[in-house]
Amino acid sequence: MIRFVDLHLRAPIKDLDQVERMIRKSSELGYRLVGLVLPPNIMRDQINQLQHICNDAKIDLVTRVNLSPKTSGELLRDLRRFRRKFEVISVTCTSKGVARQAAKDRRVDLLHFPATDPRKRFFDPAEAELASKALSSLEIEMTPLLLLTGFSRIRLLSRLRREVEIAERFKVPVTISSGATNEYLIRGPHDYAALTVLFNMSVFSALRALSENPIDIVERNREKLSPDYVAPGIRVVRRKNCV
Amino acid sequence: MSRRMRRRYLALKVESEQPVNERDVIDAVWKAVLKLFGEYGASQANLSLMEYNPQRNFAIVRCSHTALERVRASIASITEINGKPAVVHATGVSGTLRTLRKKALM
Repeated sequence: MIRFVDLHLRAPIKDLDQVERMIRKSSELGYRLVGLVLPPNIMRDQINQLQHICNDAKIDLVTRVNLSPKTSGELLRDLRRFRRKFEVISVTCTSKGVARQAAKDRRVDLLHFPATDPRKRFFDPAEAELASKALSSLEIEMTPLLLLTGFSRIRLLSRLRREVEIAERFKVPVTISSGATNEYLIRGPHDYAALTVLFNMSVFSALRALSENPIDIVERNREKLSPDYVAPGIRVVRRKNCV
Repeated sequence: MSRRMRRRYLALKVESEQPVNERDVIDAVWKAVLKLFGEYGASQANLSLMEYNPQRNFAIVRCSHTALERVRASIASITEINGKPAVVHATGVSGTLRTLRKKALM
């Protein structure tokens, strides 16, 4: 059975009822892992509280932070501060410099581009080549596709069509997520797969972008964050108490 | 002799802030198909509402099997019904009504 993942729920963390509703809805629609966007300064007990809600809904919680630095220097500073604190790091690329730095940095998991401004979508062949070497994934958020209308949606669809084609050419993994802010904006994984037909993505690739690709990111990072991890391919298997 | 047209039946679950009737549901689906695929695309969908249960907010629509993904995408793009936030989830797809009902009841 496919394990579906939604790595991008923008639930208001202060409103726990709303968070619970969104998590329950995700679980009902067939997701087994959800990524909640958390503020960088979140406390451990707040995370535990969210973890508890997810356990009740039989869903696995992934902690995620969205970084939107203005310069590449600021991005490097943020990565140093937050990489070991969150399981998934997404960078919203608002300038070309930030986009290039994020694409080549192995600490960045998801490259996210603003949906409303097509001039700020910097995912071109050069960016894709850097991303394919650094294992960064292109994140496609579906909520703007539902909310935008008319010419804005036409422009977004045409950009997405181009980006998906580039990602496939350079073998950059694509991750599809909701980006939902309330439960009315969450759709089931098969509905998202049907929506990706609008930007020429095959249903097979779409289902992979909703399951295997995000699971790879989460598992890779969980392994790195585990206390037994030493370096790629090296991990502690047994500890001996030396007195 | 022409071949019989192949069809698909979709089970839908409607969630809305206000009660909706049969007319509202099919109007919302048609509007979404028209918005995304235009009149040409809508004409190929052969859409029709087979049944609607307002107590369970459960509906079954029929479409041409070639237009299934487009109809599903259109249904997923519905964000409001009668101006109020709403969502329509496709909970099952089948080639026959009998199998769909069985799946939906499970």
